[in-house]
Amino acid sequence: MEPLSPALVRAAVGALPDPELPVVTIAELGILGAVDVSPGRVRVELHPTFVACPATELIQATVRERLTEVAPGRAAEIALVFDPPWTSDRITESGRARLAEAGIAPPGRADSAPLVSLDVPVPCPFCGSRRTRLENLFGPTLCRAIYHCPDCRQPFEALKTV
Amino acid sequence: MNASPAAGLLPATRNALALLLLAMADDEFVIGFSDSEWTGIAPILEEDVAMSSLAQDEIGHARALYELLAEVVADGRDADAIAYDRPPTGYYHARLLDHPRGDWAQTIARRYLYDTADAVRLEALAGSSFAPLAALVGKIRREERYHLMHVSTWLDRLALAGGESRRRLLDALERLGPDASTVLAPLPSETALLMAGIVAASAAEQEAGWRAAIGPTFERLGLPMPPPVSAPETARSSHSSAFERLHDEFTSVRRIDPAATW
Repeated sequence: MEPLSPALVRAAVGALPDPELPVVTIAELGILGAVDVSPGRVRVELHPTFVACPATELIQATVRERLTEVAPGRAAEIALVFDPPWTSDRITESGRARLAEAGIAPPGRADSAPLVSLDVPVPCPFCGSRRTRLENLFGPTLCRAIYHCPDCRQPFEALKTV
Repeated sequence: MNASPAAGLLPATRNALALLLLAMADDEFVIGFSDSEWTGIAPILEEDVAMSSLAQDEIGHARALYELLAEVVADGRDADAIAYDRPPTGYYHARLLDHPRGDWAQTIARRYLYDTADAVRLEALAGSSFAPLAALVGKIRREERYHLMHVSTWLDRLALAGGESRRRLLDALERLGPDASTVLAPLPSETALLMAGIVAASAAEQEAGWRAAIGPTFERLGLPMPPPVSAPETARSSHSSAFERLHDEFTSVRRIDPAATW
């Protein structure tokens, strides 16, 4: 069997788009964790964003499919990992920039705000205004909340700080 | 397939752990399913979205707990079999969750009582000696913060609005109050859980912590504190006819086709 570099597996799997937020990859979202290659076997750890995230099963399936392409003939193991937990701090800088470009406000820093606060303004991804108002803690997916910007009169979504 | 994560535990500890996981999973499952009844009919659109998300979160937490339980008991049943293939009498959720969702005030009052009690229970598990549970609890706590923010806002709204809103909230608290602390009633396996370091605080300590946590809010809003639980020994058994109806509903698809996959 040909040697296989973990970096190659990481690049191939990490480039898969997130099903619910296709503007970012699963690497940018921080869902992709450790990648381990051993003879005859490849193991990928995934950190689900939310325990109940319905996209997790779809991500597992697409990762498995991608592994059969980049690591043919090897047993593929995909593990869902809660330790360490996914937090919104795992989203990369490029991931945050791509979310903002798509009109989705990136999350604040979870570790600097152990308790979620309504006092920290979420800047509008369209005009940058900091006078935005929370409309709903819950949105179209478990990881998003809904805000309104009074300055550019746009509703927008924000990734939850988790 | 790896060996059961509970392989190193003594049988008594393993049984105690299984009972704890069952209690927690059934709590999350029943409140999640019950609150999902608001999907499509919540008082306002925002709450339709919110309550549906909350229900989805809780059922996801239940699923993760049932999966962990399936690994601990390792008796061949998977998470779905544990979740769906029991008669109503086999469920082990707290009596607080036996009440129907009722009106909006009752749903909010119950969510508040449950979420605040669950937060104390989760805190006592954050450093659990059973590592897979500690990891899952760490993740769940990050999500439950949003549930608490949501329900606290609504409790304030209903209590401070006066009129019909406050009256309905008070009625709901009167119905639910005596069952509120069933969530934290001691499990028969409590001593084993404490000795094994699976849980860091006794049920009595957890209940005291919960009362201290909600006391200031109840005082500020002028609401009556829940009385001590009556009949704590049946806190998780002898379920209501409302639960039997709910059970009939949430097992209906499974009964039509137990082998269905999604």
